[in-house]
Amino acid sequence: MSHLKTPATVAGARMTGLGAYRPERVVTNDDIAPRIDSSDEWIQERTGIIERRFAAPEETSASMGAIAGTRALADAGIAATDIDVVIVATFTHRHATPSAAAEIAHLVGATNASAFDISAACAGFCYGIGLSDSLIRSGSANNILLIGTEKISDVTNYDDRGTAFIFADGAGAVVISASDVPGIAPTIWGADGSSMDAIIMQPDNFTAAREGVPSLLTMEGQRVFRWAVGSMGEVCERALDAAGITANDLSAFVPHQANLRITNAIVKKLDLPESVVVATDIQYTGNTSAASVPLAMDALRSQGQLKSGEPILMVGFGAGLAFAAQVALAP
Amino acid sequence: MSQEDILAGLAAIVNEVAGIPAENVQMEKSFVDDLDVDSLSMVEVVMACEDKFGVTIPDTEVKNLNTVADAVNFIAANK
Repeated sequence: MSHLKTPATVAGARMTGLGAYRPERVVTNDDIAPRIDSSDEWIQERTGIIERRFAAPEETSASMGAIAGTRALADAGIAATDIDVVIVATFTHRHATPSAAAEIAHLVGATNASAFDISAACAGFCYGIGLSDSLIRSGSANNILLIGTEKISDVTNYDDRGTAFIFADGAGAVVISASDVPGIAPTIWGADGSSMDAIIMQPDNFTAAREGVPSLLTMEGQRVFRWAVGSMGEVCERALDAAGITANDLSAFVPHQANLRITNAIVKKLDLPESVVVATDIQYTGNTSAASVPLAMDALRSQGQLKSGEPILMVGFGAGLAFAAQVALAP
Repeated sequence: MSQEDILAGLAAIVNEVAGIPAENVQMEKSFVDDLDVDSLSMVEVVMACEDKFGVTIPDTEVKNLNTVADAVNFIAANK
């Protein structure tokens, strides 16, 4: 039997650059409240959201992702042509095929890269971190551009009292490169398709096309809240255990920005010490699904609260009911 | 566990989750209309009740728990 060669493995991978794109248009709660007979106060109480950003009509998840990606490359000080793999987490790419990643790789000039999307909704970015770490440590890639990007304003039902005010648009990206020292700890991840109807685009794409109706995002808020609050604390604890550290060693907690009430409930369950900075970017960004974790990292950095090289805990959770968490060193 | 004990335990949970004074949590009170417990806080109350009383309160049952008495009776019947 032939002996096939495999690449030499690498000690570790770490985030070396961070980029973000926030669309220009600010949308306040007062802009959204009248159609659902609600108010600024009601929305803030239930979600923590004060305002969010919506993309312009001509912007797409790919165009926004390309801007965030270019910024991450500049931040890492690496050429686009040195990127081996472009991975994009999104559920709002315009085309079921080809991928947003192929479009973005072209837009940023990553001409030597393979490119593909991952479909894990709000957990997508953290899935991508775990996947990138594995690709790099196995020797399959040296430099990866990972992007979370969403234009959810195109698939939101503005008459739905449960979701009209939650979702928003934006993009965030990181460059992940091989490193002598591990910078990404094991990913704790999973999914539960038995609850696939809890957050789902309805009607499905084929029915929508046949019947000429839009396929929009629907969510059973209480059910998702219960799942997230009931189980993400333990998932985060497992990620800390897998990294071999405790909450006291963290410099920041960057959860998916689903709802400030969920973040607060997880923080309480984890009993995080005061020294751990908690990302609350949802207040000014809304829930941007796959883009929320890198956007929240960017917000912390803008505030001088993201300490490069210090451990942060990330967790993503959402449709599918997919989730992923890991500790990583901040870019 | 008596009905009074369940009510006292529930009142402590509502106080912890929503900041409502425990003495205001009385049998005839509506969670939403009288106690101002919103839908997400109600989920937290239900989860805390499951831990404290060792009952299972399915998602489909939560919407039927309109008053404090509804919750106390459900817990008493399903313990």
